[in-house]
Amino acid sequence: MLTLAPVCDADAPIARVNPVAKLFAAFAVSTTALVAADWLTQLLLLGALLATVPFAGIRIGALARRLYWLWLAAGTVVIVNAVFAAEQTGAVLVAIGPITISSGALLDGAEIGLRVCVAATAGVLGFATTDPTDLADALTQQLKAPPRFTIGALAALRLLPLLGAEWRQIAAARRARGLEGGWNPLRRARLFGSTMFTLLVGAIRRAGRLAAAMDARGFDSEIPRTHARRQRMRRADWAVIGAGVLVCAGAIATSAAYGTFTVFA
Amino acid sequence: MIPVEFRGFAWRHAGRRAQAVAGVDLRVEPGERVLLLGPSGSGKSTLLAALAGLLTDDSGDQDGDVLLDGKPAADQRDRVGILFQDPETQLVMARSADDVAFGLENQAVPRDRIWPRVRESLEAVGFPYGLDRPTHALSGGEQQRLALAGVLARRPELILLDEPTANLDPEGARDVRNALRAALADTDATLIVVEHRVAEILDLVDRVVALGPGGALLADGPAAAVLAEHGDALAAQGVWVPGAPLPSRPARAAGDTALRGESLSLTHPGTDRPALDDVSFDLRSGELLAVTGPNGSGKSTLALLAGGLVRPTGGRVTVPGEARPLHKLPARRLATRVGSVFQDPEHQFVTATVRDELAFGPHQAGWPKARIEARVSELLERLHLAHLAAANPHTLSGGEARRLSVAGALAAAPGVLLLDEPTFGQDRRTWGELVDLTADIRDEGTALLAVTHDRDFAAALAGRELVLRGGRIAEEPTRC
Repeated sequence: MLTLAPVCDADAPIARVNPVAKLFAAFAVSTTALVAADWLTQLLLLGALLATVPFAGIRIGALARRLYWLWLAAGTVVIVNAVFAAEQTGAVLVAIGPITISSGALLDGAEIGLRVCVAATAGVLGFATTDPTDLADALTQQLKAPPRFTIGALAALRLLPLLGAEWRQIAAARRARGLEGGWNPLRRARLFGSTMFTLLVGAIRRAGRLAAAMDARGFDSEIPRTHARRQRMRRADWAVIGAGVLVCAGAIATSAAYGTFTVFA
Repeated sequence: MIPVEFRGFAWRHAGRRAQAVAGVDLRVEPGERVLLLGPSGSGKSTLLAALAGLLTDDSGDQDGDVLLDGKPAADQRDRVGILFQDPETQLVMARSADDVAFGLENQAVPRDRIWPRVRESLEAVGFPYGLDRPTHALSGGEQQRLALAGVLARRPELILLDEPTANLDPEGARDVRNALRAALADTDATLIVVEHRVAEILDLVDRVVALGPGGALLADGPAAAVLAEHGDALAAQGVWVPGAPLPSRPARAAGDTALRGESLSLTHPGTDRPALDDVSFDLRSGELLAVTGPNGSGKSTLALLAGGLVRPTGGRVTVPGEARPLHKLPARRLATRVGSVFQDPEHQFVTATVRDELAFGPHQAGWPKARIEARVSELLERLHLAHLAAANPHTLSGGEARRLSVAGALAAAPGVLLLDEPTFGQDRRTWGELVDLTADIRDEGTALLAVTHDRDFAAALAGRELVLRGGRIAEEPTRC
């Protein structure tokens, strides 16, 4: 199920870090993970990410549930890359009919999967510990993003869960009318299309009403808005950015010192 | 408090041929509290939108003037606050207090002055929770009170209320009215209210203005005088005039059981508390069973289960002549056994014209062509939809869409019809039509179950009433 609730308490250390600082640090780690093409750099980055978890006040169970799908996706990346590798090198591990997996291809696949995994974990640690409202505030106040974009996105986010409930209502109403997909894929597709159409008609009406309500409360006035909630870059926030950059530099330097560092090309 | 004036005001929505309102002349004195009455389509909401400065040049054509304090309303949005009827689409932020602060941020109020005003407004509307309460966790009535706090915090000199309680259950509506009463006692702002349910709002206003179709002025004066003089005409137009007699359509003797629910339970995945817990009932042909109870008591869940639309986690629903429980029937067959009418008619529309909408169920059920055509003509005639046969269902008015959704569910001649809040938010005239229509369907021998908050509707039609509380039967069905 889609959930956007943070995986930590509102007063956990990582939740108090400025969202822009967190996202910058996560961006640095993800970029390094995607650029580097060797095992050592990836493992060092992953180790550093996991090392922050106990100090950050993150609920391990909630984080594991959030990461589950991403790691599953990384697992499929491994398999796909191993099966469809351009050339199978080394010892043959699996040979079932047309499918062959050799040790060389499996290792290459695993390396790509690990890279996806590190980049995704960094992103989740950054985003899943951030309250959307805090993120919008920080984007507006630190990065000077236009409020029409940030507040508009927040308002849309608030309406998102309603769409799920509405979809179930519409689907029940279709069955009541005698419409059902059953096993016929064509009929299923048409039912999906018609349900989606009804959902969109409702969503557009709702968006129009919300926009009118926002404008009625002065959202489209030309005066520069003030901010009820202040987001600041404190020393600790700069330290988070610094730590993110240091971890990346450290991982690359260590890997280079061992002579394993390569760049993905 | 500011004076309000319409001078020869007319408005045509972009893309429409007819004007929504034409030639409106109206003056409201500073501090006056006015109830604006009129039938659906008399342009009441258009007048409020004009005062709130929400009619922009690109959304239609304007004639005449709308003046606040002698200046065009469009330039004075900061002095006006408007509360709409749908609470869901008025809240912007995820946290309650942030939502009240939103309107102050837009006014460029400095931060240190925002929070005292937020607290003050939340207190004024009797908001029962802390500042960080998630807005999605609030009930409709609580959301509407929060939206009201958002309006009050901006300290408007003109307050506009567009059917502020129409989308709420009775308890929520009462809380919102109490909040309005308390808040209006603290301000001397000018007030204009649009509301069908006159009785509940009458003590908040001192003047009533009644509009006819197109915004023509019908009556204007002190509330008591206008209602005494024009009460009958207003009731005929759809206004809920206090004291006007309501119809009563008692049932004849009920027949055999047409649908039976046995020990029905439903627990949603991921929750511990069942939405419905061990509920048994039977529904007989020729009667209307009203299902009542507070919000969250499981009424709508019961309707979904009784309609065979959701698989129960325990128990079963059966109709005579079907060995399988309803939720296992193929949809085409289900539609010939039980019809369900949802709260939002648009959720049920599956075709592009009113005529196709009525032919849909019988066609799915495999009726011969001649029989389908006869059935469609009969329904078009009976539900006064003949002149709309070629119209797109999504373009109908509220009352027409409601009639079409009932007709569509009836088309394949099921023996049971389930209605979820059929009279929700309807004006008095549509309400009367729905009562008559429902009584006719019942008296032809159809078994009816209506989930409803509407005491008047239940009193006019129900033979028995089933009261739910917390997912369980609080009171066994008794004669009303």
